[in-house]
Amino acid sequence: MESTLVSWWSGFWPGLFTALLTFLVFLLTTALLIWAERRIVGLMQDRLGPNRVGPLGVLQTLVDGAKMFFKEDFTPGMVERVLFTVAPMLAVVVSLMTVAVIPVGGEVTMFGQTFTLVTADLAVGVLWLLAMGSLHVYAVFLAGWSSQSPYPLMGAVRATAQMISYEIAQGLAVAAVILYTGSLRVSDIVAFQATDSGLFPGAPNWLFLPLFPAFAVFVVGMVAETQRPPFDLAEAEEELVAGFHTEYSGMRFGMFMLSEFMGVVIQSAIVVTLFFGGPNGPVFGPGWLQGLLPVVWFLAKTSVFIVFFVLLRGAEPRMRYDKLMNLGWKIMIPVALVWVVVQAAILEVDRQWDGWTDGRMPALVGLGIVLLALAVTPMLRRDPTERTEAARSVARDLGPRRLPEKDDPAVQADTTPDTGRGDAPHTPPGPEHDHEEVGV
Amino acid sequence: MTSLDIVFILVAVVTGGAAVMTVTSRNLVHAALFLGVTLAGIGATFLLLAADFVAMVQVVVYLGAITVLFLFGLMLTRAPIGRETLDSRNRPMAMVVSAALFGILVVLIVRAFGSNQFPATEPISSSVADLGMAIFSTWVFPFEVVSMMLLAALVGAVLLARRQSGDSGTETRVTPIREALDDSTEELDRAPAELGSGGER
Repeated sequence: MESTLVSWWSGFWPGLFTALLTFLVFLLTTALLIWAERRIVGLMQDRLGPNRVGPLGVLQTLVDGAKMFFKEDFTPGMVERVLFTVAPMLAVVVSLMTVAVIPVGGEVTMFGQTFTLVTADLAVGVLWLLAMGSLHVYAVFLAGWSSQSPYPLMGAVRATAQMISYEIAQGLAVAAVILYTGSLRVSDIVAFQATDSGLFPGAPNWLFLPLFPAFAVFVVGMVAETQRPPFDLAEAEEELVAGFHTEYSGMRFGMFMLSEFMGVVIQSAIVVTLFFGGPNGPVFGPGWLQGLLPVVWFLAKTSVFIVFFVLLRGAEPRMRYDKLMNLGWKIMIPVALVWVVVQAAILEVDRQWDGWTDGRMPALVGLGIVLLALAVTPMLRRDPTERTEAARSVARDLGPRRLPEKDDPAVQADTTPDTGRGDAPHTPPGPEHDHEEVGV
Repeated sequence: MTSLDIVFILVAVVTGGAAVMTVTSRNLVHAALFLGVTLAGIGATFLLLAADFVAMVQVVVYLGAITVLFLFGLMLTRAPIGRETLDSRNRPMAMVVSAALFGILVVLIVRAFGSNQFPATEPISSSVADLGMAIFSTWVFPFEVVSMMLLAALVGAVLLARRQSGDSGTETRVTPIREALDDSTEELDRAPAELGSGGER
């Protein structure tokens, strides 16, 4: 009994340090992300963004946070109070719990012992990530439903439908990682990627190359999962006011905003951990630098994906909801599903065949897919001036837009009172117009 | 009584209470949420048995998919999800049936496994690989049977939910949503001159 107490105590400081460092890293990155996003999007839109508080406005998030705390936290009368209060807490708590299994650094020696910078290295860590993602759905749903108001409910339906749809694709992409590395433990996956890939000397075995289709699906899925533009239909302002958190104000709204940005940081961290080797990178120098460098590599790689999120937001218009769902169910899920089967076949062939590839087959296949994608993509690019079929059909239905002329029979007819659909005078010049086919 | 027992009692009380609330709650969404708590409690019980893989799968599948789908079914159909309180006149019947079922299951389980005393050792965590080998070698037949049953249930659900044959989307003119859409399309038809003459930006 005493020995377990001693071992518990000796593990206390490293555990506390790791947990605090992890949360600090994620919260600081989140705060910086909010500022960086406003600056970068401002730059893209030819304006300045926040630039008053602190150097380059970097303390703006802090001030905004203080504002959120001191604003009136108004609870509308019609809401379900308990669930209404629980929902934003759940959003933040679930986001914070997700980061527990992500290694933010390598081994460090401190307090007289050596430990790895991961809060909880669960044997089923990858499943933990998926489980927390599915719990996040509840925060959104509870917020929308407990508001007892139409727009939040619709926003919640959209958001949860989107999240569970893309969770399937993301889960299948993660399944490819599990299949390839043969472990559900996050530290095993990171260690696997630290080995040599054998493609050329010194090439790290980062999984994005051998698992490129899974990686692509995961990246699309992570944007949809965080409901960031171009997939932010859940809070499409012109349709749904603000989506599921319309009725929230003050810090409770702030918690939803925080959890959205934390989602960006977490998904970036996950994609770096699963596909880009996590904290792997060249380590050199004295002891303290060897402990610090993995953290730096991890943050640098994560920042790349965070900036990708921000650039995507600045560059892409919001997608239509049916297109989003089509993309999720008809492209992403089949691609991920087929890839898991193909990859299993590749791994088995690689295991059986004792040829010249010598265990490099998955990487070579991945390289081939990347090259193929690079070759095909320019061919798929559409001429932006060319009208799509949808645009053509809209133009056909609307007819030529002309300025009204006095002796134009169509315009004259337009001023007569409408008697009904059958004798609508301004018949579009298209071959036939097929409004009857328009379903709901 | 070990600390594990205390945690188990807490988890069991929460799970059992949520299970009772699931069937007694008069609000459909509350019932679904209590069901979620029940399933999460079962996941916690798996964790206590050191079956961390099963616990995570329980959360991902039951909490993350099935309960969410229940909530979806409530939101997307015209189920009463507002503040209405619901009750069923079949309450006594349901109580009798569930009590009988409970009794039968308890007797069955106690008779089948009651004499098995598991040695009180530290829980052994089995690896996922072992679990996979067991499912896909020893237990592959039951696994496939269950899969087929789920597939059949899925096909049956689609069959029940889809329209009658020959009932294409063009003929369902009775729903109010459909009428509203017709009107708006008509607006477009009638007003191109207005659209073209600066009415839009």
